[in-house]
Amino acid sequence: MNQSKKGLSNWLLVVGVLILAVAPLIFIRDAEFNGADGQAEAAIGEVQPGYEPWFQPVFEPPSGEVESLLFSSQAALGAGVIGYVIGLYKERNRQERNKG
Amino acid sequence: MHIMEGYLPASWAIFWWVVTLPFLALGLRSLTRITQANPELKLLLALAGAFTFVLSALKIPSVTGSSSHPTGTGLGAVLFGPLAMSVLGTLVLLFQALLMAHGGLTTLGANAFSMAIAGPFAAYWIYHLTKRVTGKQKIAIFLAAALANLLTYIITSVQLALAFPAPVGGFMASFAKFAGIFAITQVPLAISEGLLTVLVWNWLQSYTSHELELLKLIQGEPQSNESV
Repeated sequence: MNQSKKGLSNWLLVVGVLILAVAPLIFIRDAEFNGADGQAEAAIGEVQPGYEPWFQPVFEPPSGEVESLLFSSQAALGAGVIGYVIGLYKERNRQERNKG
Repeated sequence: MHIMEGYLPASWAIFWWVVTLPFLALGLRSLTRITQANPELKLLLALAGAFTFVLSALKIPSVTGSSSHPTGTGLGAVLFGPLAMSVLGTLVLLFQALLMAHGGLTTLGANAFSMAIAGPFAAYWIYHLTKRVTGKQKIAIFLAAALANLLTYIITSVQLALAFPAPVGGFMASFAKFAGIFAITQVPLAISEGLLTVLVWNWLQSYTSHELELLKLIQGEPQSNESV
């Protein structure tokens, strides 16, 4: 596959992911989009109404804002590393091609 | 797939820790071997770790009106094998358990088993099976990442159903309930994860042919379908 065709298919992959993420927001208007993990927690309460968690988290983010800060930091750190590594490989590749 | 802190009865929490620990020990050995044999692969290992770090932080809305997240473990499992990925995936879960109260220490054994062990092993086998049957590498990568994601959530449903069988209908009724929450929600996310994994794979193929050859994922002659 030549380079421009590959570039195009990469864009299609990104567009596919965006459509899959945005479509529910547009088409399912009255949904709250709660986390599935939290829904499972509620389901445990339905199956076994008396269940009390026997251990508490060692640290809990004090607010939703702090929690979203931590989540975005996680994504930012990971994305930074991916960008750095891919950039490094790309430049190495270019130098090797120039030499060869 | 994060079972919240304290939400598995102690006996099940211990059970899943006992199941998970040997994989982590073997995973550490596998990581040591990989990096000792080929130190230049450390950078690619960092990329595989970072990929699951990013993807598991992204909570994406889904068709069921709830949100969930990809796992990102398929890429690393195909690149470095499932054992190596068990360690990287568990580190991500540990980070989330300690800092975000997402998952927990008592439930880490169970969560690591679903996301960092069952998912990667499934990805690894699906990749090699699909590659052998179809000869198409990208389809193999897509299926490996997407199905590993789905399986992770099915395992979580099994774990919850085992620990909380319904008073009427027992394990199967509970499993249907938990899988109902996770499985359909996860289908579009699994597809997204497959697409994103192919995206990163395309970059790797363009720029890291040397590393992929070391890992025996591509051969010196490109586009050769015969695998050893």
